Amino acid sequence: MSSETNKILTTDGIPLEESLKKAERKNKIKAFLLVCPLLLFLIITYVFPIGEMFTRSIDDKMITNMLPNTFKSMENWDGQEMPEENVFENFYIDFKKLVQNKEHGKLAQRLNKEKNGFNTILKKLFRQIQRNKIDESGSFKEQITSLHKRFNNVEYWRAIKRTAPPYTMAKYLKGMDLFIDENGGIAQVEEDRRIHRILWLRTLEIAFFVTVFCFLMGYPIAHLLATLPMKYSNLLMICVLLPFWTSLLVRTASWMILLQQQGIVNDFFVMIGLVSDDNRPEMMYNKVGTYVAMTQILLPFMVLPLYSVMKTISPSLMRAGKSLGGTPFVAFWKVYFPLTIPGIGAGCLLVFILAIGYYITPALVGGASGTLISNQIAYHMKTTLDWSFASAMGLMLLTGVLVVYWIYNKLVGVDNIKLG
Amino acid sequence: MALPKYTETRYRVWHYFYIGICTFVFFFLIAPLFVIFPLSFNAEEFLVFSEGMKRLDPDAFSLRWYEDMIYGTKNPWGLAAKNSFIIAIFATLGSVILGTVAALGLSSRHMPYKGLIMATLISPMIVPLIISGVAIFFFIAKVGLAATHLGIVIAHIILGTPFVVITVTATLSGFDHSVTRAAASLGSNPVNTFMKITLPLILPGVISGGLFAFVTSFDEVVVVLFLAGLDNTTIPIQMWTGLREQLSPTILAVATCLIVLSVLILVSAELLRRRSERLRGINR
Repeated sequence: MSSETNKILTTDGIPLEESLKKAERKNKIKAFLLVCPLLLFLIITYVFPIGEMFTRSIDDKMITNMLPNTFKSMENWDGQEMPEENVFENFYIDFKKLVQNKEHGKLAQRLNKEKNGFNTILKKLFRQIQRNKIDESGSFKEQITSLHKRFNNVEYWRAIKRTAPPYTMAKYLKGMDLFIDENGGIAQVEEDRRIHRILWLRTLEIAFFVTVFCFLMGYPIAHLLATLPMKYSNLLMICVLLPFWTSLLVRTASWMILLQQQGIVNDFFVMIGLVSDDNRPEMMYNKVGTYVAMTQILLPFMVLPLYSVMKTISPSLMRAGKSLGGTPFVAFWKVYFPLTIPGIGAGCLLVFILAIGYYITPALVGGASGTLISNQIAYHMKTTLDWSFASAMGLMLLTGVLVVYWIYNKLVGVDNIKLG
Repeated sequence: MALPKYTETRYRVWHYFYIGICTFVFFFLIAPLFVIFPLSFNAEEFLVFSEGMKRLDPDAFSLRWYEDMIYGTKNPWGLAAKNSFIIAIFATLGSVILGTVAALGLSSRHMPYKGLIMATLISPMIVPLIISGVAIFFFIAKVGLAATHLGIVIAHIILGTPFVVITVTATLSGFDHSVTRAAASLGSNPVNTFMKITLPLILPGVISGGLFAFVTSFDEVVVVLFLAGLDNTTIPIQMWTGLREQLSPTILAVATCLIVLSVLILVSAELLRRRSERLRGINR
C-alpha cells in the first residue's frame, strides 16, 4: 500500500487530489450560478415560447374535443362504405351537445376548412335539432342522410375521420401551398392561389442579392479602412458607424425622400440627361427601392467583420507575395483573399440572416413586391389572428436560418464571428 | 495612399478606379443621412428642395416642423418620446445587470457546457426578429402583460442581453484574474471585489454593451408592433405609422433629432472602445 502512504495531504489531512476536486466543483457551481439568472430568464421568456410556437402550429385538439364519441365509434370504420348507424348516433349526440353550448359554428368552420360544403349541411342539421324535428328513437342514419345529399356522400364522413388526430401538419403544408386532398394525399393548391411559394422565393432572392451587393461594396471599403493610416481610417470609419447607430426608420425615411419621383436621385438623372424630365422612372415601391435601401442599411454589418479580419493581416505578406514574383493581382488573389475568408463568411452570414427576416424596410419602400415572408407572418399575427399559421411559417423560416448556420459552421466555423 | 513613382500605368488606373469605388460606397453610406437635415428646416410642406432653398434664401427655411413636433395639436411625439426613453432606460438596466453577471460566469474557465449556454444566451440576436417577436408575444400575452410598459421592457431585455453578454465577455477575455485573487487574499469579499476591482476595469465593455442594448430598445419596432397598445406607442411606432400613411416634414424633424442622438451615442461608443483597447493593452 505504498501509493496510499505517498498521497500528498493538505494541512487539514484531506488528500490534495480530493481537495482540489472539491474546489473545482465549487468553482463550477459558482460560475453556473452567475449564469443562472439570465439563463432561466431566457428559457422562460424566450426558449419555451419558441417551443410553444411548435405545439401551436401542429395543434388540432379543438375538434378532437368537440366530437369525442364520433371519433371513438369511427375507429373501427374502414372508410370505404358509408359508416354504420352508431357513428351517426354518436355524431348526433356530439353535435347536439355543441348546439347546447353554442359551439356548433366553430365546428362548421373547422370542417369547412377540411372540405367545402360542411357549413350548409351542418346548418341544416342545426335547424332540425333546434326545432326538435329529429326523432331520437328512430334511425339516426336515415334521418340525417335524408337532410341533404351530402350527408349521404361517404367523402364527407371521410373528411370528418381525417380530423380525428389531435395534431395536424396542415399549417406547414399551407405554408408551402400544399394541402391534404380528399384521399388523404398531398396536393398542390390551384396555380393562381400559390402565394406563399412566391413569397419564399422572393425572400430568398432578395436576401441573396442584398448579400452579394453588400459584399461587392463592402470588400473594397473594408480593405481601404484596414490599410489606410489610423488617422484617416478613423475618420472614414465614421461613415460606416454613423449609419450603423442610426435608427432603421430614419434611414428608410431618407431613402423614401431620395427615391421618390421628384426626389434627388431622379433630379440627378434628369440633370445628367439620363432620363427626360417628364418621364422620371419609378424607383420606389418596387424591387429597386428594396435592394438599394436594404443594401445601404445592411452594409455596415458586412464591413465591420471584414474590417476586423483584414486588420489582423500583416501588410508584409502582400509584399512577400510580390517580391516572390507575383503581380499585385496574383498576390492579392493567392495571399490576401484566402486570409479574408473568415471575414467574408461572417459578414455574408450576418447580412443574409438579417435580410431573410427583414420586414420594415421592404414594407415601406417595396410596395406590393416588398411583401416578404416576414410581412406575411406579421399579417397573420395582427390581422387574421391565425396564430398557428404564423407560428408554422415562423418555424419554417427559423429552420431555414439554422440550416444556413449549419452550412456556415461546416465551411468556416462559427467561432470566427466577430462584432466590430 | 500615394503610389510609388515606378507604378505601371495599368496599376495606376486600377488604383484610381479602386479609390473611385470606395468614394462612391462611402458616399452611398453617409449621404442619405444628410438629406434629412436640410429638408427638416423646409418652410414648405413638400419634401423636395424648393427654389428658395437652392438659393439659400433665409425665408425658405423655418423651424415650423420642430414647433409642430413639440407643440402641435394632438401631437403623438411627446408621449412617444417619453415612453421610448422610459422603456429603453429600464430595458438597458435589466440587460446590463443580467448580461454582465452572466458574462462573469461565462468567462470563468470552470464554466460547464460553455458552448451550449453561450449559444442559448445569444440566440435572440441570431433568430430573425419576426420569429422572436411571435415567441415573445405568446409569453407576454400569456402572463397578461400585453399593452403594458413592463411587457415591452421584458421583450427588450431579451433582445438586448446578447449584446451585453458579447461585449462584456470580450472585455473579460483580456482581464487579468490575478487582481481579483489579490483582492481576495487581502480579505475582500466577492461582492466588494467585484464592485471595487472588477467593475471599474470592465466598465467600458459594460457601458458599450449598455449602449447597444439602449439603441436596440430605442430603435426596435417589430416586437413593439405586436405588444404595444395605444398608451405605449414609442417613437419607432409613430415613425412607422407616419411613414406608412404620409411622409410629413414633422417626421423629418424627429428624424433629425434621432440622428443627433445617434451621433452622441456613436461618439461615446467610440471613446469607450478606445479606452477599453488601451486598458487591454496595458493588461497584456
